[in-house]
Amino acid sequence: MHPSSLRTKKTAGRFVADEPLWLRILLITAVYLIIGLLILVPMAYVFWQAMAEGWEGLVKNLWQDHDTWHSMWLTMTIAPLTVVLNTIFGLAAAWTITKFKFPGRTLLVTLLDVPFAISPVVVGLMLVLLFGMQGFLGPTLREWGIKVIFAWPGLLLATMFVTLPFVARELIPLMESLGDEEETAAVSLGANPWQLFWRITLPNIKWGLVYGMIQCHARAIGEFGAVYVVSGHIAGETDTMPLRVEKLFQEYNNPGSFAVASVLTLMALATLFGKYILEQYIARQMATDSVE
Amino acid sequence: MWLSKSHRVLPGFHVGLGYTVTILTLLLILPLIACLFKVATLTPEQFFAAVWTERARAAYLLSFGASFVAAVINVAIGLLLAWVLVRYEFWGRRFLDSLIDLPFALPTAVAGLVFSSLLVKQGWYGQFLVPLGIKGAYSQLGIIIVLVFVGLPFVVRTVQPVLESLEGDTEEAAAMLGANRWQTMWRVLLPALQPSLMTGFALSFARGLGEYGSVIFISGNMPRKTEIAPVLIVARLEQFAYAEATAIAVVLMAMSLVSLALVNWLERRSRRYAP
Repeated sequence: MHPSSLRTKKTAGRFVADEPLWLRILLITAVYLIIGLLILVPMAYVFWQAMAEGWEGLVKNLWQDHDTWHSMWLTMTIAPLTVVLNTIFGLAAAWTITKFKFPGRTLLVTLLDVPFAISPVVVGLMLVLLFGMQGFLGPTLREWGIKVIFAWPGLLLATMFVTLPFVARELIPLMESLGDEEETAAVSLGANPWQLFWRITLPNIKWGLVYGMIQCHARAIGEFGAVYVVSGHIAGETDTMPLRVEKLFQEYNNPGSFAVASVLTLMALATLFGKYILEQYIARQMATDSVE
Repeated sequence: MWLSKSHRVLPGFHVGLGYTVTILTLLLILPLIACLFKVATLTPEQFFAAVWTERARAAYLLSFGASFVAAVINVAIGLLLAWVLVRYEFWGRRFLDSLIDLPFALPTAVAGLVFSSLLVKQGWYGQFLVPLGIKGAYSQLGIIIVLVFVGLPFVVRTVQPVLESLEGDTEEAAAMLGANRWQTMWRVLLPALQPSLMTGFALSFARGLGEYGSVIFISGNMPRKTEIAPVLIVARLEQFAYAEATAIAVVLMAMSLVSLALVNWLERRSRRYAP
């Protein structure tokens, strides 16, 4: 590494006390080591293991295993559905909390954080207590022919619970900082609620919204604990991809397990890439805005 | 009504509030109430018999201990990563910076699977570590390792913006007044970073307490040795001992809420006294 590439960043020409060169090299090496050992090598290892039996093995493990195939289908239906539902919720919650003052507002904000403080396993347990066969509502729902626990509605509810705050938490600070002058002006000029949302609010918050949705989607795909409890592990029916990884691992089917894991890792990389593109775009937008 | 005047013009208050409250009730409040009702079916003696067994105590201790140690490690590593990524220009900086978020994006089950395979005796890491007596797989150390991985981005992402916003002038003043680099670090920079470090610690700790997906792969889940509290809850559930499982869950929830409240209080205090 050339020493000139190790310059300390100077903030607007300000003096920032420099660390000696050897210390900088040491710290940067440490960072490379930490990220390499904790993140890069494990990621490479997933693909290495998934490819242990070559492309044919990977294809066989993913496409010809019916239960694995079903788990991919299930995850790729439940995750987007969760994102849609939580986006609607996040918009409603953020709108109510930032545009109006009402008693109980602080309580509402606090409640939004609760899913972060509860272990996903406990989330699953609570849903079982409510909707399970021995639960408070389970038997009644069963009479109506609705099965929640050990079925996809349970998986959806569990995933929704765990990812509930993501969109709202992204939008609330954003909408708070934007204020409501534009909206108030639009309403006094006769805009109806529909026009207000699509023409004024949405364009202002769209990138924050997309950011929240990306995070929500990533977490929805990866959710394990809550889903583990409510799924009942019926192969080919209620196993999502992360559950499938665990089941194959328990069956000592390492290539199969890593094959599913490699698809999940690719999705995670896609998430990171999406976030990166978005951040670049926002940075460019802000640069042009400040020029104007 | 009690809406303030300037806010009354905007539409959607009743729809928005109604929808928000309905979803929160269905998803959050009803299940919490169900939980308390279930616990109420136990007599106090049964409750204590369920939540205070030797096995349960070992599980709480491990959950809190491992999450605490992992969060402390994350504060140290996170401060280092944030510092280097913000202050230095070097080859690969932006690439490394984007990789920091991987633990957020990667399903934790994958993390557990990978680290348990890497740390066993024949694994890429295990072949070097196990001869040294460092057993990462099926041990308490393994739990700490995956919790460090899972919580890594929290501290980095809370400290980074604060470091970026710190202007050079306080450091400059400290240097001009004769402080050496080390004194500047301890007396000037750390106090300014303390609130964000605390926030990162709290987030990482809370995440560790609830973590399940990654831990079950690596811990071996042996009662009294490597069994964390969420695993014990699932074990009770699988025996259809719903009331006991709920009792343990309530204790775990209460403990995490108390410790989070404590950390929040400490954080507010340090924010108040921050320079």
